[in-house]
Amino acid sequence: MAPGPDDLAAVWLTVKLAGVTTVLLLLFGTPLAWWLARTRSRLKGPVGAVVALPLVLPPTVLGFYLLLVLGPNGAGGQFTQWAGIGLLPFTFAGLVVASVLYSMPFVVQPLQNAFEAIGEQPLEAAATLRASPLDTFFSVVVPLARPGFLTAAILGFAHTVGEFGVVLMIGGNIPGATRVVSVQIYNHVEALDYAQAHWLAGGMVIFSFVVLLILYTLNPTGRKARRV
Amino acid sequence: MKTLPLLLAFLVTTSAAHADEVQVAVAANFTAPMQKIAADFEKDTGHKPLLAFGSTGKFYAQIRNGAPYEVLLAADDETPAKLEKEGAGIAGSRSTYAIGRIVLWSAKLGVVDDKGEILKKGGFAHLALPNPRLAPYGVAAIETLKAAGVHDVLQAKFVLAENLAQAYQFIVSGNAEVGFVALAQVIKDGKIGSGSGWIVPAGLHQPIRQDAILLDKGRSRPAAAALLAYLKGEKARAIIKAYGYEH
Repeated sequence: MAPGPDDLAAVWLTVKLAGVTTVLLLLFGTPLAWWLARTRSRLKGPVGAVVALPLVLPPTVLGFYLLLVLGPNGAGGQFTQWAGIGLLPFTFAGLVVASVLYSMPFVVQPLQNAFEAIGEQPLEAAATLRASPLDTFFSVVVPLARPGFLTAAILGFAHTVGEFGVVLMIGGNIPGATRVVSVQIYNHVEALDYAQAHWLAGGMVIFSFVVLLILYTLNPTGRKARRV
Repeated sequence: MKTLPLLLAFLVTTSAAHADEVQVAVAANFTAPMQKIAADFEKDTGHKPLLAFGSTGKFYAQIRNGAPYEVLLAADDETPAKLEKEGAGIAGSRSTYAIGRIVLWSAKLGVVDDKGEILKKGGFAHLALPNPRLAPYGVAAIETLKAAGVHDVLQAKFVLAENLAQAYQFIVSGNAEVGFVALAQVIKDGKIGSGSGWIVPAGLHQPIRQDAILLDKGRSRPAAAALLAYLKGEKARAIIKAYGYEH
């Protein structure tokens, strides 16, 4: 039994979700990681802890609270309705919001580590050459932190692909909108359709191995990668 | 080491003289009534049931891979039949312990009328139901929608839950305005306890038979057989009925 059109749709949706999530996380996670790496503010501890929360929380907790907060009786749901977006649960946009929260530590922490490893000297050197802070960031920091960006992007993408508990809670299993691969595998297994499940589940094992192999090959010293 | 055989003999005789334990896998939707029945069963027979609650599909996979359950109370009648055919269940031990009923339900008062006319009138964005591929209650919901002639119109509004508990969660959080749940989830003192609902007439869908079966691990275990017999008794029946199931 080959994978059916439903399975392929789920694969495509998963890739789309992970792609959008990774791009958003790199955009918003970079300034956040930079701030966490450089700040001496008292807020550094609390903000760092909030970013790391999804590492520790069971995904079902995150999904359960998102369902309540983003629902019509929750603060988030009332805001999105007021803003004319409507309600987010059971939509692709809702999954993107959930995935950004869920995968945040996997993007922010490698970036923060990479920024911290650069140290003061290259920044001071750039400043004596009268480079503006923005110029310094793009001409000095980004090239030096390149392995960090790579790790962040790969982990953010892969971790979103592996998301299950959160999607289960706020997804509603809608084809083309919220039925991602992990949910589709769950459906096959629960329906005792093991042959179909093996296609996707085996594919996930191979995908995850290849991703980690790339990661460890590109980062042979593996200081950051070992945090996985 | 003369004491060891003695010790063993002591252990064997004491456990035989005392009551036994029985490992039971129970469909999640039957959690509340089963806890009551188990307490009564222990009081009346001295046997101690160890209950595990979960999805029937997962129990099937676990039982086929050596899980220690002696009795299965499934959420359907297909899984016990399959287990019997595959030799993991004892032939001839199957019986229906409960027949489920479904309700079209809303967490708000006055949303669902007592004839289910809202299905034709519309006015809601999401209709939650258990995934018919996974849950017999979902199949019954689909049959009800087809009987009412609104299945095709409403299909775009479906939000599929993995199980009954999740369907309830979608509705109670307000994310789905209406949806199908089990009567057992919303019943209180013989009536719908909160919100508004339409108890779907049993004639609109195939009966949702929940079957029990004695598993291979429960073969020649008196406590397992006793539990299955107890489920058919007056006391258990009264509890099952009070929770919105038929028997």
